[in-house]
Amino acid sequence: MREFEYQRVFDVSGAVALLDTDPDARFLGGGTNLVDLMRAGVERPALLVDVRELPLNRIEVTPNGDLRIGATVTNSDLAAHPEVRRRYPALTQAVLAAASGQLRNMATVGGNLLQRTRCAYFTDLSRPCNKRTPGSGCSALKGEHHNHAILGASEHCVATHPSDMAVALAAFDAVVSYETADGPGELALADFYLPVAGTPNRETALPPGALITGVTLPAAPVAAVSRYRKVRERASYAFAIGSVAAALDVRDGVVHEVRLAFGAVASRPWRAREAERVLTGGPAGAEAFAAAADAELAAAEPLPHNAYKVTLLRNLVVAVLTELTEEAAR
Amino acid sequence: MAPATSSVITLDINGEKYTLPVDHRTTLLDALREHLDLTGTKKGCDQGQCGACTVLLDGRRAVSCLQLAVAAEGRAVTTIEGVAEDGQLHPVQQAFLDLDGYQCGYCTPGQICSALSVIEEHAAGWPSAVTADVRPEAGPPPLSADEIRERMSGNLCRCGAYVSIVQAVARAAEERQAEAQQVEEQQVGEQQGEKRQAELKETAA
Repeated sequence: MREFEYQRVFDVSGAVALLDTDPDARFLGGGTNLVDLMRAGVERPALLVDVRELPLNRIEVTPNGDLRIGATVTNSDLAAHPEVRRRYPALTQAVLAAASGQLRNMATVGGNLLQRTRCAYFTDLSRPCNKRTPGSGCSALKGEHHNHAILGASEHCVATHPSDMAVALAAFDAVVSYETADGPGELALADFYLPVAGTPNRETALPPGALITGVTLPAAPVAAVSRYRKVRERASYAFAIGSVAAALDVRDGVVHEVRLAFGAVASRPWRAREAERVLTGGPAGAEAFAAAADAELAAAEPLPHNAYKVTLLRNLVVAVLTELTEEAAR
Repeated sequence: MAPATSSVITLDINGEKYTLPVDHRTTLLDALREHLDLTGTKKGCDQGQCGACTVLLDGRRAVSCLQLAVAAEGRAVTTIEGVAEDGQLHPVQQAFLDLDGYQCGYCTPGQICSALSVIEEHAAGWPSAVTADVRPEAGPPPLSADEIRERMSGNLCRCGAYVSIVQAVARAAEERQAEAQQVEEQQVGEQQGEKRQAELKETAA
């Protein structure tokens, strides 16, 4: 690990001022991903700016009913918050489906959004990886890729985004707030992660040196009937091989409103807008749910070893939407 | 001047202050074991995947292998050495002993620190990934074997002592619940007693 300076900051302006002057600096939140990547030699910062004690650790309902989540709120506190559990149960489920109790106590909301892919080639310095070393090539394309992307990938990178939390946030139209030395800014989560294209090393639309200050969830009554379901290779404490965040409002057997997002299938949480479009205004039932999933997954371009994900996602969509239909009927 | 890549820090461990110089790269785990001779906390994978290095930070479980020591300054660290009180084993420790919640014992300090938190998290009403209904109105789920297995999944035991670990956590949680209930009943009793006395006083007056 490279030697580094360490500074703890207590106000947002101080934090962004420090990063603004040093492109070799990184913000340190819970450190659950960054410290690991520093040890692997993937991240080599010269300065860590510890943001854990910034006054960004609150969750509050705004006057217009939105939920504002501070960037340094831990994953545990997010999942346990009564307003999150009541109004966005899929978000609590997504966070609880991720990592372990220990890691959720450490990890922050801002850091969760910025965590890096768990593609094994990304942390293997002996192998080419375009995300780590642009232009070096992608080892996964012809290598171990059974848990790689089926949607929105490119010939340069097929890695997936590992976050569960972000999948639920994508379904609920979250907006990410940030601060730079030039002032504050906002990005819809839909625009937060960049398309892979030829630059998989550039992952987000955040300006250089920006500090995520919080995430806002717009009030969404549909989210009260929502679910996150995650499939993984063991029962607990593993990354997803496929996941679905869904919210459903069915009235008289007709889909009034639906939200769908997929995890572990793309370089970002995948909002299934085509499936939502197909479903809205139509009947709620297994056949319609399957047709909607097929419409979304028509764009899938699986690799030789991950075609199973297409079927997996289709089945997940049908199962979760069926459960939500039953839940709404109760 | 060369940039400072080390600092003199003061750590609060089990209620005692320790001042030591650390290279910023030092993890809390290495500071405990290599600098302070607090070797009860174990190093397993050293990458946050096994839970052997679990300690409590400000009362919450965390893996000390991913926690930089310099970033732990100002936080209350509890290690396995600080779990027993006045020479008395903590009920969680006693349960692990009584029910053989280990084989080789290497993962045990981490298991116990994690279990301490699991019991508190559950008592605080936190749901888990296997909780059927996470809405607050549904109330806290009973701490079933499934709930314990899920909540303890961040602690691996290569000997496979899981069956008795689950039993030990269940027993310790029951004891804590019973104790909490007793305290509550006592408080209610005292309140009733006070009310009664006040009434009697009023009557006498």
